[in-house]
Amino acid sequence: MSAWETVIGLEIHAQLATRSKIFSSSATAYGAPPNTQANLVDLGYPGVLPVLNLEAVRMAVKLGLAINARIAPLSVFARKNYFYPDLPKGYQISQYELPIVSQGSLEVVLEDGQVRRIGITRAHLEEDAGKSLHEGLPGMTGIDLNRAGTPLVEIVSEPDMRSAKEAVAYMKKVHALVRYLEICDGNMQEGSFRCDANVSVRPAGTPQLGTRAEIKNLNSFRFVERAINFEVARQIELLESGRPVVQETRLYDPDKGETRSMRSKEEANDYRYFPDPDLLPLQVDAAFIAAVRAGLPELPDQKAARFATQYGLSAYDAGVLTASRELADYYEEVVRAAPADAKLAANWVMGDLAAALNKEGLEVSSGKLTAARLAGLLQRISDRTISGKIAKEVFEVMWAEGASADAVIESKGLRQITDTAVIERAIEEVMAKNPAQLAEYRAGKDKLFGFFVGQVMKATGGKANPAQLNELLLRKLRG
Amino acid sequence: MSALHSHTLTQLADGLRRKRFSSVELVGEFLARIEKSQPRLNAFISVAAPAALEAARAADRALASGAAAALTGVPIVHKDIFCTAGVRTTCGSRMLENFVAPYDATVVAKLKGAGAITLGKTNMDEFAMGSSNENSYFGPVRNPWNPQLVPGGSSGGSAAAVAARLAPGATGTDTGGSIRQPAALCGITGMKPTYGRVSRYGMIAFASSLDQGGTLTATAADAALMLREMAGFDPRDSTSVDTPVPDYVAALEEPIAGLRIGVLGEFFDKGLDADNERCVREALKVLEGLGAKVRQVSLPNLPLSVPVYYVVAPAECSSNLARYDGVRFGHRCENPRDLNDLYRRSRGEGFGAEVKRRIMTGTYVLSAGYYDAYYLKAQRVRSLINADFIRAFDSVDVLIGPTTPTPAFPIGAKTDDPITMYLNDIYTIGANLAGLPAISVPCGFAHELPVGLQIVGPHFSEARVLGTAHAFQRATDWHTRIPVGYA
Repeated sequence: MSAWETVIGLEIHAQLATRSKIFSSSATAYGAPPNTQANLVDLGYPGVLPVLNLEAVRMAVKLGLAINARIAPLSVFARKNYFYPDLPKGYQISQYELPIVSQGSLEVVLEDGQVRRIGITRAHLEEDAGKSLHEGLPGMTGIDLNRAGTPLVEIVSEPDMRSAKEAVAYMKKVHALVRYLEICDGNMQEGSFRCDANVSVRPAGTPQLGTRAEIKNLNSFRFVERAINFEVARQIELLESGRPVVQETRLYDPDKGETRSMRSKEEANDYRYFPDPDLLPLQVDAAFIAAVRAGLPELPDQKAARFATQYGLSAYDAGVLTASRELADYYEEVVRAAPADAKLAANWVMGDLAAALNKEGLEVSSGKLTAARLAGLLQRISDRTISGKIAKEVFEVMWAEGASADAVIESKGLRQITDTAVIERAIEEVMAKNPAQLAEYRAGKDKLFGFFVGQVMKATGGKANPAQLNELLLRKLRG
Repeated sequence: MSALHSHTLTQLADGLRRKRFSSVELVGEFLARIEKSQPRLNAFISVAAPAALEAARAADRALASGAAAALTGVPIVHKDIFCTAGVRTTCGSRMLENFVAPYDATVVAKLKGAGAITLGKTNMDEFAMGSSNENSYFGPVRNPWNPQLVPGGSSGGSAAAVAARLAPGATGTDTGGSIRQPAALCGITGMKPTYGRVSRYGMIAFASSLDQGGTLTATAADAALMLREMAGFDPRDSTSVDTPVPDYVAALEEPIAGLRIGVLGEFFDKGLDADNERCVREALKVLEGLGAKVRQVSLPNLPLSVPVYYVVAPAECSSNLARYDGVRFGHRCENPRDLNDLYRRSRGEGFGAEVKRRIMTGTYVLSAGYYDAYYLKAQRVRSLINADFIRAFDSVDVLIGPTTPTPAFPIGAKTDDPITMYLNDIYTIGANLAGLPAISVPCGFAHELPVGLQIVGPHFSEARVLGTAHAFQRATDWHTRIPVGYA
């Protein structure tokens, strides 16, 4: 056991999937030409005022209900003041002392099956800033304010995680949740879902927290894990050599795989938060909350529990299949079309399908192999048209060529051989070609049974029904 | 009808509808007066003569076809803090010297929609920070009653323009007295409505929780007419209030017999000029003569208004003015070396001394370690002041006192001493902190200079405040006095 304990808290920024911005009517779509989705409010023009988008409030309440949090009947928007060219007003509208969501939690299942409850201190609404552009502008900085005013919910956890793996498991859980709730598209490359990690270490068994470093703007699960692991090692090395950890903000460099100092506590901005006088306190009443609650979808944990009982799956399998709403929907569609064996469907979805998708970096929703197609393959296994082994071959062709299972089975002649006479003939030919092995087997070397199975399978192009083959072969070998 | 300029806005609107004169004649006369006055008064930053005459021709066509609205063809002027598409909006600052807003403020759009014609944009203290109009980048405005004196501020240009009959009505904004104080010092009527009654959209922000648009006119009846067209809920301003706008004009004639008037003991303090006090006391007698019941009331926390205001307003302004960074609009310094140089020089060159003083004060009171002692405490006292007012309105219908401690003072007399300057607003700030409607009406002369009487009512009691002022003006003629040389 290590002498040091790691303590991690995450601040996750999830971009809310509203059509318009949080305080203006501009569109939020990603990828438009610079500054084409920024109106006078987003540009911070003299005289303009913010008006809150109620849809963003609804989404924040959805999140709050899904994490069993307290929804504040009255929350307050505050101004966070600092100068930066991509911050048009010179302040960001956020929530400070009174956030809309507080005191929630999520349960995370670790790889070893342990369940850990992660506290969520708060989740607050705020606006995103614009972007500074440097590429293709030598000696200058371009400003794109399309993103300025995009609604964000910042989800702040308690320092409840004890390893990079736990942090990633928690982040994945939040990622799945916001997508289930359809409040965030979860697109990490586009920055729709990103996080800052607060990392510290302390001697194992001590109650007080060590000095933390905040690692900014981590936009992939892999970077979160690597950045935390690097940071933990760095801090332990400092402490073991008798040097202090400095409270500071650090940046992760994915190319070098290291974190480096961005600014220390002393250099940190004094944001001079105060309630935004342009916005009234946000009031959320019980009727509003009830309406949002009534519209909540089945949540990941509820769905996993249902999968386990309804389809007879292990808790682990149910958890994997419900990790995303798309995967869960896909699985249920497969089972609906091929209801004979839900367990078999689970194995295929989590096994061959997941591997194939992963290899090409595709999502289950890509449509590359529809649920109906996969169900077609499973039906041919269930009705014994093909064996499980042949099915893998059929799957590969289906995946590569986009064909149906039946078409592949027909065109490649892979239909399973169940005709006893044909299998017997193949067995006899193999026995005739391998007299030495036959003699050894009959002399008591049982292990050679497998050899004969392989040879007959080879002779039948792998199509012999395995159960029938076993039975007939046993009878023939015994003579 | 000769000398059109000497008529009230209400009379002019009526005359246009009766076709006793044309809008082109009216606009032409006022434009000529503005041009002639400019070297003496400097009341305007921009004049929109061609556009005004064009609009006047269109108004005359509308009047001829019987398609006229309440203010069709009536010329007005806007304080240069209201954004106007096509005419620059400077806010009295070098920072916005060449800024042309791509949109009309809601107030501008509403008055335009009611048929009013904009003659130009009036001079003001930079970003509405000041009580003398000496803080304008475009030079001080002079008081039409005596060009050696200030007109008050920050809506000094609007007040001087109406007093000198360069326009029958003007918009203004009032954060701590910026409509009422110059109205008092220029001998006209200045109305600040309830916070939230008039949209702030397009009104360049100084202190968002205090700023409120209003009117500067010769009479309370004119204020009622203008305000009726300006007021109302605006979905683009979250702090505007969604309650119906009464017909303030129709409500003017309500009798004030039995009206319970509270006289604020705190306003008759040692700072009050004896002649000012005499005028106010005589005005109270006039109101008593009309059947009002006068009694003494006390608002114990009111004397804390000035310190509270000079924490809250700078705090909000320090944040509101952060957007003037030289990046997207407004003044940008020449050849910035880097980002910090761009910020430092653009803002250093673009803002004047008083604006910088308030930005620094506001930054200080919001900073870590000082927030609780200054900003938070000021907000607490602000609620106490608000509670004082609400308690007072349990037993009285309106509160009455002086608008200012003294009449107009000489240009340059207080520029070296910001604290003395700030005390000018000692009687007006309370209504802003509590968000109450308040009006200043002329009530006599001290040292041959106009004196203002202030009437404050409960939230959304504009009709009562205007009605009280109107009753007073029917019984007196102070509001008809025009400075020598402008009659």
